[in-house]
Amino acid sequence: MTTKLMNARFGGMAVLSLVLALAPLGFANAYYYDVAVTVLFNAVICVGLNLLIGYGGQISLGHGAFFALGAYGSAIATSRWGFAPLTAMAASAVIVGLAAFVVARPILRLKGHYLAMATLGIGMIVHIVLKTEAHWTGGPDGLSVDPLVVAGITVATDRQWYWLSAAVLMLAVWLALNIVQSPVGRALRAGHGAEIGARVVGIDTTHYKVLMFVVSAVFASVVGSLFAHKNGFITPDIASFHRSIELVTMVVLGGMASIFGSVIGALILTLLPQMLTAFDDYEAMVFGAIMMGTMIFMPKGLLPSLRVAVKKKLGQRS
Amino acid sequence: MSLLTVEALSKEFGGVHAVQDLSFAVEAGAIHSIIGPNGAGKTTLFNLITGLYAPSSGRVRLDGRDITGLRPDHLAALGMSRTFQNLQIFFNMTAMENVMVGAHLQLDRRFWPSLLRLPGMVRRDRACRDSCAQLLDFVGLSAYAEAEAAAMSYGALKRLEIARALAARPRLLLLDEPAAGLNATESREIDAVIKKVAAQGVTVVLVEHDMKMVMGISDHILALDYGRKLAEGSPAQVRANPDVIAAYLGAHV
Repeated sequence: MTTKLMNARFGGMAVLSLVLALAPLGFANAYYYDVAVTVLFNAVICVGLNLLIGYGGQISLGHGAFFALGAYGSAIATSRWGFAPLTAMAASAVIVGLAAFVVARPILRLKGHYLAMATLGIGMIVHIVLKTEAHWTGGPDGLSVDPLVVAGITVATDRQWYWLSAAVLMLAVWLALNIVQSPVGRALRAGHGAEIGARVVGIDTTHYKVLMFVVSAVFASVVGSLFAHKNGFITPDIASFHRSIELVTMVVLGGMASIFGSVIGALILTLLPQMLTAFDDYEAMVFGAIMMGTMIFMPKGLLPSLRVAVKKKLGQRS
Repeated sequence: MSLLTVEALSKEFGGVHAVQDLSFAVEAGAIHSIIGPNGAGKTTLFNLITGLYAPSSGRVRLDGRDITGLRPDHLAALGMSRTFQNLQIFFNMTAMENVMVGAHLQLDRRFWPSLLRLPGMVRRDRACRDSCAQLLDFVGLSAYAEAEAAAMSYGALKRLEIARALAARPRLLLLDEPAAGLNATESREIDAVIKKVAAQGVTVVLVEHDMKMVMGISDHILALDYGRKLAEGSPAQVRANPDVIAAYLGAHV
């Protein structure tokens, strides 16, 4: 198993870095880079969100809120208070982490549908606050954001953004794999697998759920900050219900409790709408049909289902 | 002093007295069994002792310390561990990982070392894997170490739960019907495992229906009926007790 874990770890990360390094060879113009950055941003959020949903077994329909808070935190701190972008990003992440911690304690006592409802509430509240507190957020009109400056270099071109986001994704995957393959990750998964069984061996299951809620919120916040700088302009709609649902869908489609699955889920669901434009009016229908088909025939999600299929094939051959 | 003391313990579920005014003591270093017909309150008693239920009244003491109402994870830290009649296996993990979760309290479980995969955490984790491999071997599951728990047989899962409970290095191990649903061979294997555990100095409290097993390995037996104490003593004493015979075979009044 150690060798197998090594494979998931080093093998998986090697493949991912190779793909990230070679992908630009197929990019014809700046638009491709732009879409790729969106894929990478979504992937980072989903990798974090999968720790909570896939490994911890806790649903959240409100992570769009943490993404938006990170974006607005960075926007306000840089433009109003003159924070350096990276400082603003770190400060926003800390504050979002604290906010997530405060709401997680009472919310994570809920289960299933009730938890889904409560997290939905977080998203709605943040959305409304961003819309109405116009003095701070610019209200529905939005807010413009300064470009990102890292070590004196302004990240301006789509190409630069691509390499930066690729590096962030590699870091996110590494951190997530570390957590999964540690006592913390096992405790988290144990609480998901059999909560009572975990508690009687000394695991404070609530602690680990709260911890992952905070970690996933921080992932979303950091991406929110990056997004704000890249886009140069943000509106309250980035905290919309639709955004949160989209993130959960990516996690589920890619595969619960599969870090690399989340990357694939983000890739497919970001690209699919672009590819389906050929279907014009039927785009949404085809999109829905693909989603339903995947869930019916691959209920565990893309990557875990493929892995099982490959294993079966190999088993038959030997 | 007794390792475990139960004092006037009662648990009521909406008017039903699952456990009623029950007192007994468990001495360190022996195999104690709790027997009784279905619905006698045995599992409720286990849940009260291990903190899954809060008693309606009464006390539970470990080493003389009042542990009534403490959370299960705190009790685990005090050296109490258990298995379940209805399995509480982590089906989303391998057999090895299940056992390693049992060793949770002995590991470096701080967040930052785990997040950054610091060498100290990795070293302890690796050492834990080795000792858990020995535990799997101890319960006869070394062949299954890397198997997904979901793919294992019921009998193997029963033993896996014992290995997980032992990984917590308990002083007091409570086994809730470890032989239920097993065939004669599997039952004998569990029997041997329990004896080996007790021989290592772990105090075992056993709830079991298999009378042959109970009479064979117990040093002390407590018989319950309708949540009350029916009889207590050595296997020979309990077997000869007319109340116990009546409860099991039906009384002729």
